[in-house]
Amino acid sequence: MSDTLLLLPDQATARIPKVNYLTKENGILSWLLTGDHKRIAMLYLVSITFFFFIGGAMAGLIRLELLTPQADLMATDTYNKVFTMHGVIMIFLFLVPSVPATLGNFLIPIMLGAKDLALPKINLLSWYLYVAGGCLVLYTMMSGGVDTGWTFTTPLSTHYLNTNVLSTGIAVFIAGFSSIFTGLNFIVTIHKMRAPGMTWFRMPLFVWSHYAASILMVLGTPVLAIAIVLVALERTIGIGVFDPTKGGDPLLFQHLFWFYSHPAVYIMILPGMGVISEVISTFSRKRVFGYTAVAFSSVAIAVFGFFVWEHHMFIMGVSNYSTLVFSLLTMLVAVPSAIKIFNWTFTLYKGSITFETPMLYAFGFMGLFTIGGLTGVFLGTTGTDIHLTETYFIVAHFHFVMVGGMLMAFLSGIHFWWPKMTGRMYPEKISQLAALITFIGFNLTFFPQFILGTLGMPRRYAAYPPEFQILNVFSTAGASVLGVGYLLPILYLVWSLKYGAIAGNNPWQATGLEWQIQSPPLTENFVETPIMDHEAYDYEWLEKQTAKEVSSVG
Amino acid sequence: MSHISPILWQFLIKWLTNFQLYPPEASTIAPQSDALYFFMVLVSMIGLTIVILLITSFSILYRRERNPVATQIEGSTLLEATWTIIPLGLFLIMFVWGSLLYFRIYTPPANAMNIYVVGKQWMWKAEHPGGQHEINSLHIPTGRPVQLTIISQDVFHSFSIPAFRVKREAIPGRYTTVWFEATTVGTYHLFCTQYCGTNHSAMIGDIVVQTPDDFKKWLAESTSGMSLAQNGERLFASLSCNACHNGRPDSRGPSLANVYGSKLALAGGGTATADEAYLRESILNPSQHVTQGYAPIMPTYQGQVSEDGVISLVEYIKNLNSNYRVEQTLNTTDLLPEGEGGAAKAPAAAAAPATKAPGGGGMVKP
Repeated sequence: MSDTLLLLPDQATARIPKVNYLTKENGILSWLLTGDHKRIAMLYLVSITFFFFIGGAMAGLIRLELLTPQADLMATDTYNKVFTMHGVIMIFLFLVPSVPATLGNFLIPIMLGAKDLALPKINLLSWYLYVAGGCLVLYTMMSGGVDTGWTFTTPLSTHYLNTNVLSTGIAVFIAGFSSIFTGLNFIVTIHKMRAPGMTWFRMPLFVWSHYAASILMVLGTPVLAIAIVLVALERTIGIGVFDPTKGGDPLLFQHLFWFYSHPAVYIMILPGMGVISEVISTFSRKRVFGYTAVAFSSVAIAVFGFFVWEHHMFIMGVSNYSTLVFSLLTMLVAVPSAIKIFNWTFTLYKGSITFETPMLYAFGFMGLFTIGGLTGVFLGTTGTDIHLTETYFIVAHFHFVMVGGMLMAFLSGIHFWWPKMTGRMYPEKISQLAALITFIGFNLTFFPQFILGTLGMPRRYAAYPPEFQILNVFSTAGASVLGVGYLLPILYLVWSLKYGAIAGNNPWQATGLEWQIQSPPLTENFVETPIMDHEAYDYEWLEKQTAKEVSSVG
Repeated sequence: MSHISPILWQFLIKWLTNFQLYPPEASTIAPQSDALYFFMVLVSMIGLTIVILLITSFSILYRRERNPVATQIEGSTLLEATWTIIPLGLFLIMFVWGSLLYFRIYTPPANAMNIYVVGKQWMWKAEHPGGQHEINSLHIPTGRPVQLTIISQDVFHSFSIPAFRVKREAIPGRYTTVWFEATTVGTYHLFCTQYCGTNHSAMIGDIVVQTPDDFKKWLAESTSGMSLAQNGERLFASLSCNACHNGRPDSRGPSLANVYGSKLALAGGGTATADEAYLRESILNPSQHVTQGYAPIMPTYQGQVSEDGVISLVEYIKNLNSNYRVEQTLNTTDLLPEGEGGAAKAPAAAAAPATKAPGGGGMVKP
């Protein structure tokens, strides 16, 4: 047992607790009308997984088309619709809600020692809004699609396309409200629902990073909503906000859109960073190195993240002097990310490390996010941005951060908390293999794209000059490996729902409050309100706790 | 190796023999851009190696078998300060270096020869001041700074030349500029890098870099018989601009001679410098740009002149010195072969109005 952390109850006698949030009520209505944050989290998990696989199928089509230099698999219009759908689905329906709406929803109240989120009905409403937005996207896709790109660039989206721009816009608008409500709920809960003794600096870093992301959601998303409404109005009744022939300014749209969409990448990555903090600490059995620095770096990312949007527009004829400000701020926002990486690394120092699947994904995150973050500096530096922007370099950078970073973190978190959410363990060996396959497939897919971008291959091209083919072949080959890496978890996780080993309360011997209660938890989480008398990641407290239990049972 | 598919095998051989990490360096700015790029690659590789080395060695040294009990450590202000300040310092170096490069790329030298570029779905049209037009290609000489004044007629496009390491967005309704000085003769890729609809990936072309002599030859062979300014002169007449802007003391519009580059006092108060963007705006949106002392009576020409037409008008007004006559001061004239510069072009220009449709290129047909 020395090489693994796993502490499972005796499988011969262990049972899943009879009363838990999954069995409390039965029937489809008990799910659709639930106010329980854990059930809503599961609803979200199912729906975002559904959209992830649709978005993933789109990615597969894109990579297949790019296997050859000619546009021979589909017409260029179809290709444009496919990459637009890939972007819209993956960003608004997967990445933005991924960790917060599933793991965050499930865990934040428990981590704070609360029974539920502050506004359970708003929480359910936010899921319905998400589903409504998702259905509209599906409708858009089936009724002919949309080819604006996920960035809705005007005047292309307002005057030049006759595809379903409106329904997509409305879908994103609605899904945006879902995100605003989730953020609002988290902020209120974190301020108001903490258990006695749960001071701000005793909160797990997972909560801190969600707090920072929530602020971004609440302040940023309305600006996206405004931008989309203006696009819709310009498209339908022809007001001239962005149209230069009516005295409008097309760059204004870029400002509004990126004012949301840059913070949006932090909305996507911050919750993932929270997951990594928990996982690294648990599997090295050591408190997070420099807790305060990691907590404040989340907040710093949220604050600086609002003032860097113009780095998406360095080549768009903005004032040369304003690029100085935005480039400098971009450099500053890179620093907290570097701090986090080093703090996680030094959490390993003098730890007692084991390598279960969540930890493998977390290692993957640290490596890939480092590459993603450093290549972001190439783009934040104005001089090199001119050559690299709008090429595959940016595609590779973004996917290193979002897929290599966020998706790895999401999978890490799903494996880590799977025993808590379902009461059963996932199969360890095959999931370690899946983590490895994902890592290899990912690098094979996206690393060649850095070289492609440096060579100048533009993004969003259905056809490309033949000298770029070999790197594209590597990339497509990698994508098929990656596809296997993502299919495996869904298969064995579903399998584990019935056949997985019984997990018990605390299989990882982790310190979080969520691990001190039964798995799966009761609907009201705690039998009695917990009192927080120790700091987060206090393994000595946990040891005393375990010793007491053993002696009292014996 | 015979069991590898021959097609794949061929690919691999081809790739290994033509392996490239960066595009050809064909402009003066390219080596400078690459220097910064490789500096950042170096820093990134060192940073990544440090992170990977630390993770790997900690994973080996402190794995559970070797170190069953963890030692709890709060943190270390000194260490944390180290990994805050060192990255910050490196990022600041990149910021300063990158900004210097950025200002260099986007600040054209005064002696640059200007070429207009209009982007439209889905082609690039380049207009040389001598009247040479090209679609999806751009001929330029080596050893001479070239400034592009770029505008889009419809949606956002982006004019990208990877071999020169320059790129500039083509924006509807405003001029943007970029410059470069080509160093190596050859043909290079021109890409539209901003997604612009159906045939975005077909909006590509060739940048043809020639020796100055070849370029002169090309200019002479490709002339349309009328310079941009001359085309502008005819547009100026056919749109009846000269009814008001005729330079007489009692005219209803201000005189446009020598207006380019001057500081104007505006009717609403304030001043403006009459650059290309200002000239363009006052043709399309005149009520916002009334010169002091004149009534706001000029109608808009929005929808009546294409972007090409506006460019011709702007070129004409730029070259108006006095008496409303275009003088042969076009900045590519001196590149033309001897003898053809001034004298040979004048008769061609005079003959042109007779052969071409009245009104000249650039008017929007109703």
